[in-house]
Amino acid sequence: MKNENKKPVQKQKRNYDSWLIVTIILLVFYGFFMLYPMFALVKQSFTDKETGVVSMVNYMEFFNNKSNVLALQHSFSVSFWVTVFSLLLGVPLAYFTTCYKIRGSKLIRILIILSSMSPPFVGAFSWVVFAGNNGILTRFMEDTFGINMPSIYGFNGIVLVMTLGFLSLVYLYVSGALKNVDNSLIEASANLGTSGIRRFMKVIIPLIMPTILASALMVFMRAFADFGTPVFIGKGYQVFTVLIYDQYSGEMSQNKAYAAALSVIAIIITTIVFLVQKWANTKFEFTMNALHPVEQKKAKPLQSFLMHFYCYFITFLAFLPQMYVLYSSFQKTSESGLVFKKGYSLNSYKYVLEAYSDTIWNTIKIAVSALLLVVLVSVVCAYLVVRRRNIFNQTLDIMTMMPYIIPGSVVGVALIVTFNKSVLGLPVMTGGPFIMIIALIIRRSPYTIRSSVAILQQIPRTIEEASISLGASKAKTFFTVTLPMMLNGVVSGAILSWVSIITELSTAIYLFTYRTRTMTISVYELVTKGSYGYASAMASILTVFTVISLVLYMVVTKGEGSGTA
Amino acid sequence: MSVGIKINHAVKAYGDNVVIPDLSLEVQDGEFFTLLGPSGCGKTTLLRMIAGFNSIEGGDFYFGDKRINDLDPAKRNIGMVFQNYAIFPHLTVEKNVQFGLKNRKISKEDMERDTKQFMDLMHITEYKDRMPERLSGGQQQRVALARALVIKPDVLLMDEPLSNLDAKLRVEMRTVIKQIQREVGITNVYVTHDQEEAMSVSDRIAVMNLGEIQHIGKPKDIYQRPANLFVASFIGRTNLVNAKLVMKDGQAHLCFADGYSLVMDNILPEEMHDQDVIVAVRPEEVVINNEEGIHGKVDDSVFLGLNTHYYILSDQVHCIHTEDKDDDRFELIQESMIDEIIPNGSEVRLKIKKEKVNVFTADGSKNIVKGVKNDKYLYGND
Repeated sequence: MKNENKKPVQKQKRNYDSWLIVTIILLVFYGFFMLYPMFALVKQSFTDKETGVVSMVNYMEFFNNKSNVLALQHSFSVSFWVTVFSLLLGVPLAYFTTCYKIRGSKLIRILIILSSMSPPFVGAFSWVVFAGNNGILTRFMEDTFGINMPSIYGFNGIVLVMTLGFLSLVYLYVSGALKNVDNSLIEASANLGTSGIRRFMKVIIPLIMPTILASALMVFMRAFADFGTPVFIGKGYQVFTVLIYDQYSGEMSQNKAYAAALSVIAIIITTIVFLVQKWANTKFEFTMNALHPVEQKKAKPLQSFLMHFYCYFITFLAFLPQMYVLYSSFQKTSESGLVFKKGYSLNSYKYVLEAYSDTIWNTIKIAVSALLLVVLVSVVCAYLVVRRRNIFNQTLDIMTMMPYIIPGSVVGVALIVTFNKSVLGLPVMTGGPFIMIIALIIRRSPYTIRSSVAILQQIPRTIEEASISLGASKAKTFFTVTLPMMLNGVVSGAILSWVSIITELSTAIYLFTYRTRTMTISVYELVTKGSYGYASAMASILTVFTVISLVLYMVVTKGEGSGTA
Repeated sequence: MSVGIKINHAVKAYGDNVVIPDLSLEVQDGEFFTLLGPSGCGKTTLLRMIAGFNSIEGGDFYFGDKRINDLDPAKRNIGMVFQNYAIFPHLTVEKNVQFGLKNRKISKEDMERDTKQFMDLMHITEYKDRMPERLSGGQQQRVALARALVIKPDVLLMDEPLSNLDAKLRVEMRTVIKQIQREVGITNVYVTHDQEEAMSVSDRIAVMNLGEIQHIGKPKDIYQRPANLFVASFIGRTNLVNAKLVMKDGQAHLCFADGYSLVMDNILPEEMHDQDVIVAVRPEEVVINNEEGIHGKVDDSVFLGLNTHYYILSDQVHCIHTEDKDDDRFELIQESMIDEIIPNGSEVRLKIKKEKVNVFTADGSKNIVKGVKNDKYLYGND
C-alpha cells in the first residue's frame, strides 16, 4: 500500500520541499494563537453567560445600555476628529518642509520622527502633568492672569493629545509622497497659470491622494485602538478601549462575555473602515516616479515667516510634552512621590531604578525575544509570500495581515480569555512572559512582513536561481544570498518594531502579571497612583531607549529614514 | 565533463495553458546551440526547464544518458548566465566566482587555483576585491561567466546574456563568449531573440515560434533555405511577394502580377503543379537593371557607405506586410557604386536572382525549393 502511494509524491517532489514544513508550522502557529482565540472570542460573545446557550443576549444588553453605545460613539468621533486634525496640520507641515526652504527642516524632521516613536500614553500623561488640574500651565495662567484654563480632560484632551501624536505619521507619509512628485508637474501647472494655494489644492493634493488616504486610515485605526491616551486623559469621557478594559477587569461588574461582544463590534468597525479606505484607494490609483524631485523654493518674506512660524509651532507643540516629562523627572518630590517640591534631584530615578528595576529587565527580555521572533517570522513569511506563491502561503499572507485591523485591546482580551485555562491539554500559557511575546509577534508582524515583502520584491529572483544552479541548497541559498541582501531593510524595520514593542500598552495591560510588568505598565501604575514624578522618570528612561533606537535607525538607513514601517 | 542534451517530447503547461505542446531536440556534446525566436515563443521557458527552475509537465530530459527530470536544480551541475547577470551584490568579484566551488567538496588550494584560472580567463582578476556595484555591465557579465564556468559544469545555459549591454559591448562580448566556449569546449544552450547575435555565435540554431520548433540547422542553412515563411521573415530582412507557380512544358514558371516570369529548376518534384505561392526575396537577391524584371520606380534611397539601400514602388507587385516590414515597397541593397545614386522617381526593373530566392506554399508552411536542411525531423518532431 505504502509503496503504491510513493510514486505520485515522487513526481510532484518540487512542491513538497522543506519550505512546506515551514509554511505548515506558521499556519499552525497563527491558527492556534490568532484564529482560534478570535473564534473563541466570537463564540463567547454569542454565548449567554448564565445558561451557556447561543444567544444574542450580550449584544442586546450592549445596545440597550445607552452609556455603552455612547462609548462607541465617543471612540468613533474621537478617531474621526483626530484623523481630520492630523491631516489638516500634518499635510501643510509636510508640504512646507518639502517644497519650501525652511530653516532647520532637518531638525524638525528628527523631532517629528521622535515624537512619532514615543508611546501615545506618554503624550497623554505629560499633558496631564503640564496642563492638568495641577499642571504648571494651569497654575501659571491662574496665578498670573487669573484665567481659568479650559479642562484638558475629556474629549478635547484626547483629541489634542492624539492629534499631536499622530500628525507625525501624516507628516512622514506625505513628505515621502511629495518627494516622488515630479518637479515638472509643478512647473507645468505654473505654466498653465495655476499657483499658490490653488495649485496646492488642484495639483499637489490629488497627486498625493493615495498617500493621504493611507495615512488617514493609519491614524484612524491607531486613534480607535489607543488605550493609553483615553485612560490617562479621558476621565469621565468613556471610549470603547477603556470600556472593554473596565468590563474585563472591573472588580464589580466583570463580564467577559460582554467584553467579547464589545471586541467583535470593534473589529467590525475597523474592518469597515479598512474596506472603505481600500475602495477609495482604487479611485486614485496611479504610480509616480520623480525624475526631477521637487526643488525647495524660497517663499516671499511674509509667507516665509508664516510658514516658519507654523512649522516651529507645530513641532514645538508635538515635542513639548516630552520635554516637560523630562523636566519633571528631575524635580524633587515628596517621599511618597505624590507632590512635586521646589528644587531638583535624581530621587525619582533612584526610586524607580530601585523599586522598578525588574520592569526594565522584563521589558528588555520580553522585547528582545519578541523582536527576534518578529523578524524571523516576518522574513520567512515574506519569503514564502513572494517566492513560493501557492494556496497555503496566500492563506498565510491573509492570516498574518489580519491583526492589522484588530485593535490591540481585542488581541489582549482574546488571548487572555482563551489561554487562561488549559487548551488541548497544554499547560496554561498565561501568567508569564510567553503569552506577552506571542501577542507582540502577532501584533507587530503585519508591519514587518509588509516592509520585508517590499524589500524582497526588489531582489531579482534570478539571483537565487544563480545560487541554486551553482549547487547551493535552498536553505543555503536563503541564508547566504537572500537574507544578507534583505538585511539592511530588515534591520531598519526591526528597529522601528523594537520601538513600538517597548512602548506597547494596550495588549500588555491584559496579559501582564506582577512578575512580568513592563516599563509602560509601570508608568501606567505610577500614574494611576498619582506618583507623577516617578512616572516621569520611568517615561524618560523609556524615551532614552527610543532616542537611542532612533539614532541607530538613522545610522542604518543613512538618514533616509521614512519611518513608515 | 561536458555532455550532450537530449529532450524527448517535452510538454510545458501552466494550468490549462499549454506553452510548449510537444518538443524534441538534441544538442551535441560541445556544441553551441541557440534557441531563437520572438518573445513569448517558449525559448526561455525551455531553457528554464533544462535548468530545473520550471516544472516539466511531460517528456524526458537527458544529460548524456542521465535522466534529469526529477533531479534537484542544485545537483544538475549546470552553469547558468542570466539576462540581468544575477551577480550577488553583497559579495566581492572573487567571492562571487568562488560561490559555486564552496558548495563542492574540494580543497582550498584547488578552489583558489580554479578561481584564479577563470578570473584570468575572463580578465577580471584586477577587480577581484571590488563589489559588483562598482563594475560596468560588461565586467559584470564577465564575472557571471567566470562564476558559471569555474564549477566545470556539464552544460552551460545562457538566457539572453547580452540584451542588457549597449550595442558596441554586445558585439564585443559575443566574440568573447564564442571564444571561451570553444576554449573550454562545453555544451552551450543559448537563448536570444536577436537573429544576428544567434548567427554570429551558434553552431546550430533552433528557430522557435508559439512553443514549437520551426527549423533546426546551421546559420547558413537557416538563412539561405528557411524551412517556412516564419523562419524566412524572422531571420534577416525579406520582401514577400505573391506569385503563381505555373507548369508549362514540364517546367515550373514563377509568374508575377506584372507579367515578369522566371523558370525555376529547383522546385521539389512533389510540388511541381499549378499553385499560388509566396516568394521570399532578400534585399541582396535583386539586381536593378533596365532590361528585365519587375517594373518599378525608385521611391527613396539611403546611402550607408558600403551599401546603398533602395526602396522601390511597383504598381502591380506589392510586398506583403509583416510584423517586421509594414510597407509595400521593395527593399533592396546594392554595393555602393562610384557613379551617381539612382535618383528618386527613376523607372527601373528588378531582376531576381532565381537560384537564391525561396518559394513557399500559399499558407507559408513549407519551402518548396530543394535544399532545405531541417534537423527538426531527426528528433521525432512532427
